[in-house]
Amino acid sequence: MSRPVLQILHPGIFTTVQDRGRYGFQRYGVPVSGAMDQFALRAANLLAGNGQGAACLEMTVIGPTARLLSDATVAITGADLTPTVDGRPLPRWEPAALGAGSVLSFPEMRDGVRCYLSISGGIDVPEVLGSRSTYVKADLGGLEGRALLEGDVISAFDDAGPVREAPTGFEAPSYGRRHNLRVVMGPQDDAFDDDAVAALLESEYTVSLDSDRVGYRLEGPRISHRTRPDIISDGTPAGAIQVPGDGSPTVLLADRGATGGYTKIATVISTDVDRLGQALPGQTVAFEALDVEDAHRAMRGTEALISAFAGLPPPSVSVDGEPFDVLDLEGRIVAGRLPWTAGARSTRRLARATIGGRTYEFEVSSEGGPGGTIA
Amino acid sequence: MYESPKFLPAGDQALVVELGDVISPECNRRVNQLLSAMEAGPIRGVVDIVPTYRSLMIQYDPMLASFGELRSAVSEAMPKLKDGKAGASRIVEIPALYGGEYAPDLDFVAEQAGLSVDEAVRLHSSVDYLVYMMGFTPGFPYLGGLPDRLATPRLTTPRTVIPAGSVGIAESQTGVYPLDSPGGWQLIGRTPLKLFDVDREPPSLISAGDRVRFVPIAGEEEYRRIADAVSRGEYNTAPSERK
Repeated sequence: MSRPVLQILHPGIFTTVQDRGRYGFQRYGVPVSGAMDQFALRAANLLAGNGQGAACLEMTVIGPTARLLSDATVAITGADLTPTVDGRPLPRWEPAALGAGSVLSFPEMRDGVRCYLSISGGIDVPEVLGSRSTYVKADLGGLEGRALLEGDVISAFDDAGPVREAPTGFEAPSYGRRHNLRVVMGPQDDAFDDDAVAALLESEYTVSLDSDRVGYRLEGPRISHRTRPDIISDGTPAGAIQVPGDGSPTVLLADRGATGGYTKIATVISTDVDRLGQALPGQTVAFEALDVEDAHRAMRGTEALISAFAGLPPPSVSVDGEPFDVLDLEGRIVAGRLPWTAGARSTRRLARATIGGRTYEFEVSSEGGPGGTIA
Repeated sequence: MYESPKFLPAGDQALVVELGDVISPECNRRVNQLLSAMEAGPIRGVVDIVPTYRSLMIQYDPMLASFGELRSAVSEAMPKLKDGKAGASRIVEIPALYGGEYAPDLDFVAEQAGLSVDEAVRLHSSVDYLVYMMGFTPGFPYLGGLPDRLATPRLTTPRTVIPAGSVGIAESQTGVYPLDSPGGWQLIGRTPLKLFDVDREPPSLISAGDRVRFVPIAGEEEYRRIADAVSRGEYNTAPSERK
């Protein structure tokens, strides 16, 4: 069951319904879409007592003015668009219970670009190909496949869990005017010479006006190819930095085509794709390369924060009560800290792993000190 | 095709398995075989797979699978792929009305080819086109096999709206616009079929690996009849002689 919650009095500049995105249909040419700032979407949902993938409103630059048609708990995350209720400031990154008849508005952009509004229960629009995300170019998903218009009514499902507070010590992100983005080189970095890679990693780029949910075009030093700029079209992940023949890079984002035919010199890591979604034309971006393992470590940090929003303890492991590193088959650290001291011999220990709120106990043997193996 | 696949990182949540650097039916068949194998025995952590001309992009959840695990899983699957002919590929017949208001560029394409309009239509509809991949926009097939003679450059000024169903030629490619969109292809006809429909399972009429055959429609009346059958959900795109 669902109920009408918001009546849109003014739609704002570009407000759409988004969730985590539409997977499984890229092979038919359907873009993923979904929230440009996935972290903000997930956090907004958890604060309002929803599952982290519920549908929210994504507003851009100036949000809607909307009247509450029923009592509802909402949470606002992402950009600071100075939210107010009946003219009074409404705090961000925490749940707020609002009464029927009150009027929400988001009149002025102070920091960041995209703000998320979750409604307790989650927004009720039909699921299309497994997602409620809007893809306006094909009139797909969301509310009639389009951005919100004056007079629209947004409904939310009735069944919501208890609201949650942001975890202790959480500081709301401040997006600022300069965005440092970490990238994994490739998939086609071999199409570029060292000078081109240096241009990407050592220069500053400016977000151009030609930037939207499909991608952000950047202005700055030209990135020249060693080979031809075209490839046989292949898949395009979010964050891919494609460089066409003119040498100016574009970072592909939520509404990118499922495939593309330009070389991709590097790919912005998922945590920082969220960050780029908060950048405004005219602002500065700079890139830093890291390897896949370090990118996964960064991602685990984001996931641990999401776990904390969900009220779950972060993954941790201890051995005989001491924090302890768990390595996967690739030798990457999954959790904890190395328990060995130099020269340690083979030992058998009791390990305790707490993952997703559940605790597992198991016996481990270690050999050969740091860098040794765990069985 | 490469001796063994290349594994290219594509950020922290995707990798590209590249099987070659050519557009060829053999390499593309390998892509589709690998896709089938990976879906027959699902690999933990795989979020989506995007098959293309000569590669697959695998999107994964790094909390559930690592780059190395996926590389191993693909490397183990490769030698088990069946060589030679895959199962007979599906043929999808696309009825198309060549000419009139639906084909503003047909005369130009025929003239470029040094053919009469009838000959150009016969040539375009005489080939079974291989669907190498889907992309660009929902339901759009990248078709291979256009007779060289019909290859025609794109329009110098793209049209702002090309109606859904338009059949076009651009360089050595031919294709069908599934949705109204801007574009610069030379338009030679239109099909009354819906190439993309979210209420259909799967939503796309055509999948990578299929073969597409264009069948000329006699005239406006038949076009309407097919369009009506399509809207009633009663139109069958399987070739009649094969059932």
